[in-house]
Amino acid sequence: MNIVVIIKQTPDTESVIRIAPDNKSIVTEGLKWIINPYDEFAIEAALRLKSKHGGNVTVVTYGPPRVVEALRTALAMGADDAVHVDDPAMKTADFLRVTRALAAAAKECDPEIILMGSRAVDYDQGQRGAIVAEMLGWPHLPLAVSLESDGKVVTIERPIEGGKVTLESPLPVLVTLGGSHAIWNPRYASLPGIMKAKKKPLKARKLTDLGLDPADFGPETARIRITSLEMPPQRAAGRMIDDGLDTEGKARELVRVLHEEARVI
Amino acid sequence: MGNCICVIAEFRGANFRRVTFEVASEGRRIADSLGIGLCAVAVGSGVAARAAELGRYGVDKVFVRDDPALENYLAETYVPIVAEAVKMCDPAAVILPASVDGRDLGARLGARLRVTLVQDCVQIACEGGKIRAKWPIFAGKCFAWSDWSEGTLPLMSCRPNIMDCLVPDESRQAEVVMLDLPVPEARSSVKSIDMDTSGKVELSEAEIIVSGGRGMKEAGNFVMIEELAQVLGAAVGASRAAVDSGWRPHSDQVGQTGKVVTPNLYIAVGISGAIQHLAGMGYSKYIVAVNKDPDAPIFSKADYGVVEDLFKFVPAFKEEVIKLKSTCS
Repeated sequence: MNIVVIIKQTPDTESVIRIAPDNKSIVTEGLKWIINPYDEFAIEAALRLKSKHGGNVTVVTYGPPRVVEALRTALAMGADDAVHVDDPAMKTADFLRVTRALAAAAKECDPEIILMGSRAVDYDQGQRGAIVAEMLGWPHLPLAVSLESDGKVVTIERPIEGGKVTLESPLPVLVTLGGSHAIWNPRYASLPGIMKAKKKPLKARKLTDLGLDPADFGPETARIRITSLEMPPQRAAGRMIDDGLDTEGKARELVRVLHEEARVI
Repeated sequence: MGNCICVIAEFRGANFRRVTFEVASEGRRIADSLGIGLCAVAVGSGVAARAAELGRYGVDKVFVRDDPALENYLAETYVPIVAEAVKMCDPAAVILPASVDGRDLGARLGARLRVTLVQDCVQIACEGGKIRAKWPIFAGKCFAWSDWSEGTLPLMSCRPNIMDCLVPDESRQAEVVMLDLPVPEARSSVKSIDMDTSGKVELSEAEIIVSGGRGMKEAGNFVMIEELAQVLGAAVGASRAAVDSGWRPHSDQVGQTGKVVTPNLYIAVGISGAIQHLAGMGYSKYIVAVNKDPDAPIFSKADYGVVEDLFKFVPAFKEEVIKLKSTCS
């Protein structure tokens, strides 16, 4: 099975986020970068498909030189080769255009299945999978918390509000992964894996390599822009329920404030 | 500049989901500030019967595609129909729910219409005829404001439980326009749907959530959380630590790699408050933290904090809630 996994490098989920002086981006100095956790689930799911059906796993990403580290990590986990999309013309591209380049890079690999995270833990737009599927004219099985395949048909379970849906589609198909670490339990890169990863093929691709015109990616083509960032409103200082009360007294006082002051119970 | 604001309705079966009324209400506010009408698109099976009711929330006209083949949401069948209906409306902006299905539909609709979606909006501003949207990034550690370039259709999904519903005007009915668009062939299909019939409150729709963390020590102790949740009519949540330990299913996980929730009341029990958890619940209206460690970071987010042994406090708190409920009813 020829598998492509599209990944994104994001700040670690424990990162403290600060707004940069331009008021439109975040301070990236000192951040620890990781593979977006949902994309890590996708890599794990891809490696499991490969161990069952054979084939090849290619990881694809877009971004500045630092993202090569994410690709190397994926190779160390067991992916076979990697594609790094970057181009000076893409610096100001909006996410629809970045996704177009990623779709082109994925298509070039002639995959039977494309996997990726259902969302990224940075800008959290959760739309890349659906967009790639629409661009390729493929079905998309979204938010999978399980994934099975007999090599011809893919079946997933998708949580919805108050229940669960089982979806299936023949190949080729795009699947986005939801769930959690507890479900997918993505493998760690082993030391031999890390050594091997250094020798695995990693291809750099520019827009023209992908048959795309850099003129379509200029700043004037962006349909959306971030105009400002702001921190969440500061919560007013909370109140500690204490006043020397015993356990029952604190419980009674908490019920009182929630009922009379907050009016939420 | 289009003719109207267009909202996409969402159903569960033949009934509207509440978030539909939220996006209709928000659509009405924007339409009024632009001095234009409000249209809705309703796609599903058995949805025609209730479509006119959207008038109560300010919708002037509803475009309906009702077909048994559209019983369940599937991007391949829904998106082409919704896209055609949106084109008929010629809207100035499109708003839909950032529900599980709405997020998927919105993304694919944006790609099909070649416009850019902003997902999970928590605020929409309309000044001088220009629409701007605010959305959480890094799971709410920060917020972004964005706008669209000239001539681009703003497409927005709105986070549930954030936008205020209008007081329904029972006397108003929307004009219903039945569409006769073909249901597209789909390669993907819905094999089954299992709804949870246990009567438990769903996390993302709950007004009150009681969550347990590492401090619960073992799976069996969550009975205490469930009992408290039951008397409060609350849903049960969990931190990543509790889910990774196998004490709770992943569907309970609240945080940056779980669900982002916005209840009126969030009670964090035995949760220290890792930044990835705070990101998932920090937008709750009121937060209560119960932890024996007075230095736990969760207290910095809490409106009310209690430093106590949870195994003693939670049962005592439950008893007090029962007393309150018996005097109020």
